[in-house]
Amino acid sequence: MIDVENLTRKFGDITAVDKLTFHIGEGEVFGFLGPNGAGKTTTMRMLSCLISKTSGKARIAGYDVSDETDSLKIRKIIGLLPENNGLYDDLTAYKNLDFYGKLYECSKTQRKENIEYFLKLLGLWDKRDVLAGTFSKGMKQKLAIARSLIHEPEILFLDEPTANLDPESSKTVRDFIIDLKKEKKTIFLNTHNLDEAQRICDKIGIFNTKLMVIGSPEELEDSILEKKTAIQLKEVNDKILKALGNLSLRNLTIDNNKLIIDVVNPENENPIIVDAIVSAGGKVQYMTQINSTLEDVYLKFVRGKK
Amino acid sequence: MKLWKSWVIATKDFSTFREKKNTIYPLIVLPLLFSIGLPILIGRIGNVIEGIGNLIKVIGLPILITGSSSNDITVLLNSFSFFYIMFAFILPSTLASYSILGEKIEKSLEPLLATPITDTELLLGKIITSFLPCVAIIYFSAVIFMVLSDAVTYNTIGYLFFPNWNMAIILLLAVPLVSILSIQLNVIISSRVSDVRTTTQLGLLLFLPFIGLYIFLETSIISLNIINLLGIFVILFVVVAVIFSISKAIIQRDKIITKRG
Repeated sequence: MIDVENLTRKFGDITAVDKLTFHIGEGEVFGFLGPNGAGKTTTMRMLSCLISKTSGKARIAGYDVSDETDSLKIRKIIGLLPENNGLYDDLTAYKNLDFYGKLYECSKTQRKENIEYFLKLLGLWDKRDVLAGTFSKGMKQKLAIARSLIHEPEILFLDEPTANLDPESSKTVRDFIIDLKKEKKTIFLNTHNLDEAQRICDKIGIFNTKLMVIGSPEELEDSILEKKTAIQLKEVNDKILKALGNLSLRNLTIDNNKLIIDVVNPENENPIIVDAIVSAGGKVQYMTQINSTLEDVYLKFVRGKK
Repeated sequence: MKLWKSWVIATKDFSTFREKKNTIYPLIVLPLLFSIGLPILIGRIGNVIEGIGNLIKVIGLPILITGSSSNDITVLLNSFSFFYIMFAFILPSTLASYSILGEKIEKSLEPLLATPITDTELLLGKIITSFLPCVAIIYFSAVIFMVLSDAVTYNTIGYLFFPNWNMAIILLLAVPLVSILSIQLNVIISSRVSDVRTTTQLGLLLFLPFIGLYIFLETSIISLNIINLLGIFVILFVVVAVIFSISKAIIQRDKIITKRG
């Protein structure tokens, strides 16, 4: 559905997006993770035909984003929720949606039905004749989501949909995206909310000007070789530490009689570690494996954290 | 190109104007004050005209306020008619500056440009947005001006000065063209800058040629007759056509979106 190959955008000497390549299939939810200023919004703008690319290729549903005729076709089949909701404060909720429905060439009946459907679904139907400017942030965001869906697009571009929202509004928006996922919409989700990405996305790309890594949340978590073993001892003493020192461990930290040890192959390494502790007179109270999280993956690639 | 999309954009803007009364009221007040005030002034101070003429002569302007007072009045009325060309430049500039810049400020440009509209449809929509209200206000004011002027000058000059061919050319040809020119220039400026002050200041600079033209008329370097007005119309027409054809290249969505400050 979305095919990107070596997509690059420069602003003068600054490269905002560098040779980005990925594929998103129909009905997939793709999470584009990265820090502020990573080039996520620039990428989304290129894919939604708002700005041009410097080089590379990008096709949406087979249409070329850099072709003028194709770009009109692309804009008909995509829905965009930009970072700023961009609603007309001086228009009512209904008129905001009706205006966009007209520009998306929806029939009068389709506009009427869809406006009623989405406003009811998002709990805004009673506020349809109220100026959007008087809405709370959460209500505005819901209205902006309704706007991006008014023409029933096949592909949705959502830029930080839950940013600056309170937890309740965030949950409403997140649940709504999950509902859209069930409807098999292809969704490109810009976010730096790792929890959100993990819960919603089928595929995640970690991006900081360049695409660092791409895969399912599970694949990404497994991609980090370093795992951690946590061993709670009754007491940590020098004898135990000396025994562990002989094992040439990669990294060992001690927190309140709990040893946290970096391991590459827990199945092989854990028995050796336990043997060493027990031989040194240590008493193991419990032992757990700490798997790497999406946060670890994100930090590793974005900050270069090991 | 789908013209109806431009109309959709314009009608949306008209709806938002209803809530922006502070933007609209000054547009109505200025030409109305002028259109009501000047005829009253002409009626009240007909005998002062000669004094004004003398004063202008003292400062060296060879203005044609000499001879009978009916001549003086017709010269003044003709001269005041030119003000409607200036209104046609001034009034739309406020709305036009706001048209793109307002969308930028409200951050509504991004979702708008993400819809399947072409740059030409957007530009045309923004021209309609500023054009129709301003031209309507100018026509309404001009009608008041003409009726009141005729009422207060009929006894002195012995005939109804308005309507006349000069005013017809000004209102039907010059005013629409100057309005479109002003709108185009202001839309171009507002698409390239990000604050209202800069747009207004640059817009005022563009007004200078009209001040120059007015001085030429007042100093009789050019006279406000039908031939000259038609000449001005032809020049304006060419300028407007050229600017419209190049505006698509100037107003690039890429730059509008990325230029923030």
